[in-house]
Amino acid sequence: MSIAAENTAATQAKPLAARINWVTLAPWLYTIGLFVLWELLVIALEMPPTILPAPSRVFQAILQYWSPIWKNSLQTLYTTTLGFAIAVVAGLGIGLFIGWSKTIYAGLYPLMIGFNAIPKVALVPILVIWFGIGTIPAVLTAFLISFFPIVVNVATGLATIEPETEDVLRALGARKMDIMLKVGIPRSMPYFFGSLKIAITLAFVGSVVSETVASNYGLGNMMSSAQSQFNVPLVFAGLLMLAVEGIAMYALMAWIEKRMTGWAHRSTMAQ
Amino acid sequence: MAHLVSPLVSIENVDMRYGGANGTLAVSGLSMKVGKGEFAAVVGPSGCGKSTLMKLVTGLHIPQGGGVIVAGKQVTEPVSIVGMAFQNPTMLPWRTTLDNILLPLEIVERHRHRLRRHKAEYVEKAERLLETVGLKGFGSKFPWQLSGGMQQRANLCRALIHEPELLMLDEPFGALDAFTREELWCVIRDLQAAQGVTIVLVTHDLREATFLADRIFVMSARPGRVLKEHVVPFARPRELDLMYEKGFNDMVHELHGEIAQARVAA
Ligand SMILES: Nc1ncnc2c1ncn2[C@@H]1O[C@H](COP(=O)(O)OP(=O)(O)OP(=O)(O)O)[C@@H](O)[C@H]1O
Ligand SMILES: [Mg+2]
Repeated sequence: MSIAAENTAATQAKPLAARINWVTLAPWLYTIGLFVLWELLVIALEMPPTILPAPSRVFQAILQYWSPIWKNSLQTLYTTTLGFAIAVVAGLGIGLFIGWSKTIYAGLYPLMIGFNAIPKVALVPILVIWFGIGTIPAVLTAFLISFFPIVVNVATGLATIEPETEDVLRALGARKMDIMLKVGIPRSMPYFFGSLKIAITLAFVGSVVSETVASNYGLGNMMSSAQSQFNVPLVFAGLLMLAVEGIAMYALMAWIEKRMTGWAHRSTMAQ
Repeated sequence: MAHLVSPLVSIENVDMRYGGANGTLAVSGLSMKVGKGEFAAVVGPSGCGKSTLMKLVTGLHIPQGGGVIVAGKQVTEPVSIVGMAFQNPTMLPWRTTLDNILLPLEIVERHRHRLRRHKAEYVEKAERLLETVGLKGFGSKFPWQLSGGMQQRANLCRALIHEPELLMLDEPFGALDAFTREELWCVIRDLQAAQGVTIVLVTHDLREATFLADRIFVMSARPGRVLKEHVVPFARPRELDLMYEKGFNDMVHELHGEIAQARVAA
């Protein structure tokens, strides 16, 4: 009896550390570690909250200003997601169009590179002239900044079909459309879903930049007005909310990618 | 030689140059005829234009000079009575093996409109083919779950599913080990015996050519043309033991000598 009790105690006690999945736990531990380090640093250097508020101060600000933070977070999430959604549709369409033929690819690619080299922040004033301040320029900036990686990835997926696969199909009498539908589009899907992760992060950059300079709503606007009132903890609270939204959307895109193109991951793993 | 009166494939004095007027002349003055139901093999030094020949016959390339006639018609666009298999099996990784094999049916004009309504019938046919090549029950697996040899077998099924009159094989067994290769030779041999399909096989393996073919074409170095045509005298059905007979080895030896000479001449 006592031996049995000892045994179970031993088997429970020993693998406790082993039973914890450190890999899944690691992101949380590192995040907590970062906050603790930050807190200690602020205390040690006696930083005034107007320069670098401690995380405890930031969380306090989140509670204190919860209602505006919540409203503005939703607004930013809305503009970002809308801009991103337009980017997905347009990016997919333009990507398919560019990847369709070598001539179109050759002709439009330099134009796209040139367009991508323009800092999108510089376009915000133009968008304001056209659409006024508010939601529309924020959505459009998110769209403009995030659709490029989608286009490039979809077009690349199409343009890199193995010539032998194409030959097999063409020898059967396949038309361009058949080859695109049967090979090109499925083939470019891993590229497409992979690009969504990059695109969603860029979309946040676009919407927040636009909100900061040309809107009365959103986290960008909230942070810029908090900054003008020297409410630094609130600025950091905004940053924290942005980080949370960014991580959540990124995780969602990563999940979608895995769901939709599992074959691409498994096939590279199997090789 | 009745088949030579109306050959299925007839290549007449063909010139084919890649990449414009100053490009590579791949084949020049190439002529050959393959009769209906015949098994032809093409051997020659590397880079002599064998793959080019395959593409000319299937209509993927149109020659600058001479003519290619398949089934009585001048080839001016891809010919749909052919099935093709290459050295590396180009299976699509997002489709199961069965769906990969059914792919030609979604393309070929004759089948694509029937496919949806007669799906069960076609699936059954694909499964019969899988069984003949020794892949019974593997239809639901993805290509990347199969070994190289198994993918190559599936590749053969895909080339055969639409019942082509002409099967073009470009070094389909190059990447396989000796035992799997011999096994697939027997598969091909039996398929041809059962279905009477015309086969053109490009290969580097002279024993493969001699074992399988009725007629062997030896090509010169680039620009390729046919140097010599051999009729393989061995009776059918042929067993693998044939390869240990003296007559067989003499023929392989002779072919080997001719290709070695063609390489030196280049
Ligand atoms: N797409 C192409 N563009 C330009 N040149 C080509 C092309 N394909 C083949 N060639 C050239 O044509 C010649 C014949 O090529 P081909 O692929 O027909 O040779 P092959 O006999 O099949 O060689 P191997 O036995 O090595 O497969 C080669 O010299 C090659 O450089
Ligand atoms: Mg070749």
